[in-house]
Amino acid sequence: MPDLSSNLAGIKSPNPFWLASAPPTNSGYQIMKAFDAGWGGAVWKTLGVPVVNVSSRYAAVNYRNTRMMGLNNIELITDRPLADNLREIEEVKKYFPEHAVIASLMVESKEQWHQIVKDVENAGCDGIELNFGCPHGMCERGMGSAVGQEPNVLKTIVGWVMEVATVPVIVKLTPNISDITVPALAAVEGGGNAISLINTIQSVIGVDLDTFVPYPVVDGKSTNGGYCGPAVKPIALNMVKNCAQHPDMNLPISGIGGIENWRDAAEHILLGATNVQVCTAVMHYGFGIIREILPGFERYMTEKGFNTMDDMIGKSVNNVKTWENLNLKYKVVASIDEKKCIECQLCYTACEDGAHQAIGLKEVGEGRVPYIIEENCVGCNLCSLVCPVEECITMVRRDDGTEHETWKEYMENDKAPTTFDDDRAGGKHHWVPAPADALKKKK
Amino acid sequence: MAEYTRPTSEKEVAQNFESIKPLMNPTMAHYESSRCLYCYDAPCVQACPTSIDIPLFIRQINTGNVDGAAQTIYDANYFGNACGKVCPTEVLCEGACVYNNQDVKPIEIGRLQSFATTKVQQENKHLYKAGAPNGKKVAIIGAGPAGISCACELRLHGYEVDIFEAKEQPSGLALYGCAPYKITNKEVLDEMAYLQDQFEYKVHYNYRIETAGQLAELEEKYDAIFLGIGLGNTNTFKLQGVDLENCTGATEFIEQIKLKPLTTAVGKRVIVIGGGNTAMDAASESARMGAEEVTLIYRRSKEDMGAYEFEYDLAKAVGVKGLFSAAPLAIVGKEKVEGVYLVKTKVEDGKVTNEEGSEFLLPCDMVILATGQQKQVTFLEQIEGLELDGKGRIKVDENTFQTTNPKYFASGDAVNGGAEVVNACGEAKKAAQAIHQTLSN
Ligand SMILES: Cc1cc2nc3c(=O)[nH]c(=O)nc-3n(C[C@H](O)[C@H](O)[C@H](O)COP(=O)(O)OP(=O)(O)OC[C@H]3O[C@@H](n4cnc5c(N)ncnc54)[C@H](O)[C@@H]3O)c2cc1C
Ligand SMILES: Cc1cc2nc3c(=O)[nH]c(=O)nc-3n(C[C@H](O)[C@H](O)[C@H](O)COP(=O)(O)O)c2cc1C
Ligand code: SF4
Ligand code: SF4
Ligand code: SF4
Repeated sequence: MPDLSSNLAGIKSPNPFWLASAPPTNSGYQIMKAFDAGWGGAVWKTLGVPVVNVSSRYAAVNYRNTRMMGLNNIELITDRPLADNLREIEEVKKYFPEHAVIASLMVESKEQWHQIVKDVENAGCDGIELNFGCPHGMCERGMGSAVGQEPNVLKTIVGWVMEVATVPVIVKLTPNISDITVPALAAVEGGGNAISLINTIQSVIGVDLDTFVPYPVVDGKSTNGGYCGPAVKPIALNMVKNCAQHPDMNLPISGIGGIENWRDAAEHILLGATNVQVCTAVMHYGFGIIREILPGFERYMTEKGFNTMDDMIGKSVNNVKTWENLNLKYKVVASIDEKKCIECQLCYTACEDGAHQAIGLKEVGEGRVPYIIEENCVGCNLCSLVCPVEECITMVRRDDGTEHETWKEYMENDKAPTTFDDDRAGGKHHWVPAPADALKKKK
Repeated sequence: MAEYTRPTSEKEVAQNFESIKPLMNPTMAHYESSRCLYCYDAPCVQACPTSIDIPLFIRQINTGNVDGAAQTIYDANYFGNACGKVCPTEVLCEGACVYNNQDVKPIEIGRLQSFATTKVQQENKHLYKAGAPNGKKVAIIGAGPAGISCACELRLHGYEVDIFEAKEQPSGLALYGCAPYKITNKEVLDEMAYLQDQFEYKVHYNYRIETAGQLAELEEKYDAIFLGIGLGNTNTFKLQGVDLENCTGATEFIEQIKLKPLTTAVGKRVIVIGGGNTAMDAASESARMGAEEVTLIYRRSKEDMGAYEFEYDLAKAVGVKGLFSAAPLAIVGKEKVEGVYLVKTKVEDGKVTNEEGSEFLLPCDMVILATGQQKQVTFLEQIEGLELDGKGRIKVDENTFQTTNPKYFASGDAVNGGAEVVNACGEAKKAAQAIHQTLSN
């Protein structure tokens, strides 16, 4: 059995699966229920200045028959009195001393920061998370993402907190910024102990086509909200990776964004997260999803021979390079397994209209299985992505593996191409049909 | 009904008894598992007699943790594959799936269950190891679903387990009774081998426990005895002509088909008497064995039949005709069956009465009596202090499955009077846990 115990900047938890600061961590009742179900830690719903919430608050993107592929919210930080939250933090810690309880905070002035840090520490929290991410409402009041988007302000506030904090401090970043490593480095400079990301992404989910009001509707109007859920995972993974790779960003990372099952969690961790936090999936399915995450994750660790979390964290980080370091001599082409093909011709139309005209159809009567026109195939993967049959279109290697050249080397050796004679496609072998041939094709 | 001709080779047998719940391929399993809503306090789980965590194992299939899915299933039910195939899912998990409330096809839980469990079996992935020996011994009588499930669970806790089985092969009526279009013998036996490989209990085949002396010996040698003996042969039926050639009991007939389909004789015109699931099976199987005309006779109306509606539908689909509100008066024939003399019935004040003057003869050359199975009363009466209820079922404590003789525990058909494989598995697992508790105190 692998050891799942986790340590983020000194905050220990029985496993790396935490609840993110959000409605599922609104109360001691919910957090105790979650711990009982198997979660290792929880970041309390952000505590801070008094707020008033609106009704309604959420909207979602449904993709085909999948509900809530992406969720958007216009909720603010906690609307429950601070004293109630503090009392409940204390109570939860009494029942679950081994589990991580993190207080998420968001206030304005230095004095307020000092006071609330002391308050939550007195209540017994194991760590503090600074919410510099909320992209609606709070930012209009100069908090949340308004801080996360201003590295200097962020650094200053982290500094204020560090003046009094005695437990580890996690700085939660907003993704609503062009380079995530800038606020991450500001967190380092401010003296923070860890970073967590991502908070929600600014979004408008859609528009009611009858009333012309976007969702969610509040008395005939709407506002931009924060986007999260399965749809945001790729964005989160990229940002986690960027932070993990930055040579000066030496803080551990708590990965957040689009985690629903053991695979999602494993991906965040392989790309450099020390632990992970989950919000939307719990809002969708309840705390019970930990039943799927834990055994799946454990089995994966066992299969890969990871005995501890440290064996696994960041395993993929070095496999992500900048584009200029990729091998330009590597060449794959698509190959169709005729036995598996179900003859939908989605690959054909995708490549024909959306890529490189590298898939052909046989004459009428010769069957519907398409064929690859190798000289035109650039190895883009598109057909294999649209093919509904697992392993039917595979990408097979065509170079012999002996050559390795990168754009960076071209640049360094003054070898930048001056003509369009790319060996793999585009120039030498690749042909593009004449424009008027388009009119001869059947529609 | 010429849909099926008499099978003359193993291949034709397989064709005639083609699976109604064939193994899913990974694509089907992926799409189907994607549909599951992961309900809270899921009705499907509530409807499963072994409370398998269905949304969990389906989600595990969906996230590529198929081994984990199999583990979830086997943790609750050792006959994971068999149950996926033979359970009346229409009235259990799938019947409870919330999609029914929306008039959408329910999740194919049984087939997903078989998908996951078949994978680990085929790859011989071991999920369990017997517990460290605890020095105690339990004897199990009967290697049916109850006996085997009890054995697995006891082995987990480190008991030495000896199973005594009257027949040549394990799994009881799962092998000798369940319809071949639900599960093949190979599928049943593969799962049995997979379990025995992991749990390493001993089975003594062709070893019927019959005498008081044998029982006394077991009582002396073992710390507890579990009765998983199921039921007996088809009930005797007081009807003129039952001794004629070509009149047979349904369970005996079905056992023949299961073991030796190519040499089992089936009439051209078959009459099946009874309204339970076994009657439906016997009728369906006769048709698939090439009978030209199969008539099901039941004393009351179609709606009153004990059989599940889908079982009757299965029989109808292969051409079986139902003749309701008709009772047999006698089976006629010289040496062999030549027909059944019937009378129409009506129900008055809940009682079935014959309509005088409505007698008629229905010619046939085979009669199958599906009139329920006997209880093994004579055998059980030899156990001191063991009480049976009025219907010949072993009385047990509903929580501990302990009988009125504290050394004996029991579950499965012998206790519930005849239910499904899944009931026997669920009850026997609990009985094993109770045995463990009792013996640990
Ligand atoms: C025709 C038929 C079709 C069925 N179809 C289905 C179906 O589709 N789905 C479903 O879920 N259920 C079905 N059932 C019911 C199901 O098979 C039983 O409920 C289940 O097998 C009961 O398990 P058990 O272990 O209690 O008894 P059994 O399966 O009857 O096993 C008892 C075992 O004990 C052995 N035994 C008995 N006495 C002794 C003794 N004195 N010494 C040694 N060994 C002994 C027997 O040989 C047998 O192997 C069907 C039953 C029948 C008869
Ligand atoms: C309704 C809602 C309220 C949230 N409230 C907070 C909050 O108070 N503080 C905070 O730091 N993040 C908050 N978040 C952001 C989440 O903690 C998390 O960063 C984000 O949802 C991405 O994770 P996910 O894809 O698992 O949902 C909220 C998210 C949602 C959906
Ligand atoms: S989820 Fe609960 S709180 Fe929200 S709208 Fe529905 S009933 Fe009300
Ligand atoms: S997309 Fe796949 S299945 Fe469809 S035609 Fe192409 S190869 Fe065949
Ligand atoms: S009731 Fe149906 S949809 Fe809900 S968990 Fe069970 S199988 Fe899935």
